Amino acid sequence: MGRYVLRRLLQLVPVFIGTTFLIYWLVWSLPGDPFAGKCGDRPCPPEYIAQMTARFHLDDPLIVQYGRYMLNLLHGDFGETFRGLDVGELIGDAYPNTIRLAVVALLIEAVIGLAAGVLTGLRGRGFLDNLVLVSTLFLISLPVFVTGFVLQITLGFELKWIKTTVSASPAPWQYLIVPGFVLGSLSMAYVTRLTRTSIAENKRADYVRTAIAKGLPQRRVVGVHLLRNSAIPVVTFLGTDLGALMGGAIVTEGIFDIKGIGSLVYRGILGKEGVTVTGVVTLLVVVYLVSNLLVDLLYAVLDPRIRYD
Amino acid sequence: MRTPLRKPHWIATSVLPLTLALTVAGCAGGGDDSSSGDGSGGGVDPNGALSAFTTEPQNPLIPGNTVEQGGTKVVRALFTGLTRYDPVTGESKFAMADKIDTTDSKVYTIKIKSGWKFHDGTEVKAKNFVDAWNYTTYGPNAQLGASFFEQVQGYKDVHPADPDGDGPQKAPTPTADKLSGLKVVDDTTFQVTLYAPFSVFELKLGYTPFFPLPDSFFADEKGFEAKPIGNGPFKFVSRKPNTEIKLTRNDDYKGDDPAKFKDLTYKMYETNEAAYNAVVGGDLDFLDNIPPAGLTGGKYKQDLEGHNGSTPYMGNQTLTFPLYDPTYQNPDLRKAISLAINRQEIVDKIFDGTRIPADGWVNPAVPGYAKNQCPELCKYDPAKAKDYLAKSGFKGQIKLSTNADGGHKDWMTATCNSIKNALGLDCVYEPIPTFSETRQQITAHSMKAIFRSGWIADYPSIEDFLNQLYRTGASSNDGLYSNPKVDGLLAQADASPKVEDANKLYQEAERVLNDDMPVIPLWNQTSQFGWSDRIDHARLSSLKDLDLTTVTVKKK
Repeated sequence: MGRYVLRRLLQLVPVFIGTTFLIYWLVWSLPGDPFAGKCGDRPCPPEYIAQMTARFHLDDPLIVQYGRYMLNLLHGDFGETFRGLDVGELIGDAYPNTIRLAVVALLIEAVIGLAAGVLTGLRGRGFLDNLVLVSTLFLISLPVFVTGFVLQITLGFELKWIKTTVSASPAPWQYLIVPGFVLGSLSMAYVTRLTRTSIAENKRADYVRTAIAKGLPQRRVVGVHLLRNSAIPVVTFLGTDLGALMGGAIVTEGIFDIKGIGSLVYRGILGKEGVTVTGVVTLLVVVYLVSNLLVDLLYAVLDPRIRYD
Repeated sequence: MRTPLRKPHWIATSVLPLTLALTVAGCAGGGDDSSSGDGSGGGVDPNGALSAFTTEPQNPLIPGNTVEQGGTKVVRALFTGLTRYDPVTGESKFAMADKIDTTDSKVYTIKIKSGWKFHDGTEVKAKNFVDAWNYTTYGPNAQLGASFFEQVQGYKDVHPADPDGDGPQKAPTPTADKLSGLKVVDDTTFQVTLYAPFSVFELKLGYTPFFPLPDSFFADEKGFEAKPIGNGPFKFVSRKPNTEIKLTRNDDYKGDDPAKFKDLTYKMYETNEAAYNAVVGGDLDFLDNIPPAGLTGGKYKQDLEGHNGSTPYMGNQTLTFPLYDPTYQNPDLRKAISLAINRQEIVDKIFDGTRIPADGWVNPAVPGYAKNQCPELCKYDPAKAKDYLAKSGFKGQIKLSTNADGGHKDWMTATCNSIKNALGLDCVYEPIPTFSETRQQITAHSMKAIFRSGWIADYPSIEDFLNQLYRTGASSNDGLYSNPKVDGLLAQADASPKVEDANKLYQEAERVLNDDMPVIPLWNQTSQFGWSDRIDHARLSSLKDLDLTTVTVKKK
């Protein structure tokens, strides 16, 4: 187990270097002039461009720029934006908001999704099953921004139950419930369906029949034997979804004005700020890799047949 | 319905409250009890807090380096220059200046009021202006506002021109580090000498690059960037990038226009729509730029009933011909296109009547503006347009282009259709994905299509709408227009010692543009704004700022 974890962690290094370089290169090769929009509807004076170019070493070849960036990163220095702001600070301000939002979304999708999935999976066909089926289909077919705007307008403007925009940073947890629901709604529908299918399938599995035949109480059969085995695909999904939730939060963050990494990346791309984009995405990559590792480790906990040596 | 030159309703209604507010402020000068003023329901909380919308400043908050909207708003609250612009008429008035004397419009002797202090307690002296201007113009400091000092003697020595624009060659090292035309006479007096007479110079003095800088700036620039120190009505408190900038009232402020509330927070939003939702929901107190989603069908008038306004600001929308491209060389073709655009209809259909069709190249809110400078060619006339087209002999496709990320698609397409229908030529709208790419192509003079252009006044003067745009080689002459007659008139106007005479010559230069039609005037901009029910007397100045001198916060 320990060696497996170590091996996986070592694998992170080349993936990390590869992705960061790829992102740096992509942003670098974007068309457009980073200083074009900085002086309003007029061209920037040449002295300004010359000074900025020198200050950010934009004349160096890509590989040199990237090398310098990585070297600074090793010292914990994320660099500076063209506006003269420290990227490390920006990320430090924005990341907690996105993480909070993703955690809220993940909790909502896990709790509601699993509960609905287990219920319908156990009961089988019937009114509840149909209701869940239809409502999940509904959620899946709605794009996130529709759900977002509809909830913002109905709950925020009409009923005044929630704050229409979060704005505060760090974002208070209670304001994030609705945005979290919006962000997690799509995955919640998938979790429900996955759980339901998995439960329905495993309900007739040999080990469940054995457990029932042994005379184990229903709660133990379902809670320990059935649920644990049925959880594997769901956990895989949830684990990979955490990364997707963080990266995909840009729309939700825009609607509810949550000061997260979504807009940071978006602005970074528009402004050709390789430093910002790479910084944020690097951390996303780390989150993704670590959550995948955790998922793999969870397999061993959930399924006794899986072992890592 | 809306005649182009109708005096905007907003100005008419707001003059009264303004004069009232000014007298109230004037009377309350010495005392501190001003809560008994206006009677618009509920008292005024003199220590109230309010929040206003802004965008993230593009550069650190140094006046000489701040020329875009987001930063300018904050810098104007933090600093007070020699003059300031009237929020309604745009007229230049003395602020820190006590006297500005000149006999020939070439040598200006400026006396500042004594007793003013920077927020760190140091006195504002003549030296602070001179040092700041020297810093801003010195080439290697690469300040964006440097070119506004180009008339000052010595500018060419401290800011030598780059021989090849932004090409690979470096600009030569300056031969001097101070403007020879600036001289400190005593603590409160300094003298400015220009290369040649330039009467509009005085009008420029209220613009951000002309603000003074405290001594501490020169000692510790990084420290200043982290906590700017100004001499204005508001003091810097804190800043959180992409989130907010907090300011608080400077109670030692010596100006005659102090704020009637205490804490000012500039908030940034992810999108304009989010900001709109925030102001409707009550999380934001003032939004100066209602997004298209709120404008459609006048939605904002219901969402913010009694809390909204519309005001013209000193900006216009134009279409520029890339005159370096062989396609648009013929002036008759350019005139034909201008005649083929039904401005009023587009304004009514697309903008819900909120723009003012242009009758010239200069915005009506700007001092020096003259009516009906484009009497023939800026009016929709398909028959005449066809005549001009026939004269030009042009048969081909007309292309319009601009950035796709700025919400210009609707009116660009409508304009194209108008041209298509009137001239019977094919017209296509070809957007370029981002503003920065568009700007890059414009700067590189590689545009193949007629492109959108716009201008917002830096300072309220007709000069700003002409010199920067139509003079040969001017910094924003993006279409590379050149006409010796225009250049001559502009130079003559610059050199006339009196503003009134200068303005006449500027207007004459403007009329010459009719011969060439290098840029098609479309309409003048207005801004729709809204506020929350926590504040009163909110209004937008002609430079598109929340007027901090009139707005009040209601008592809870």
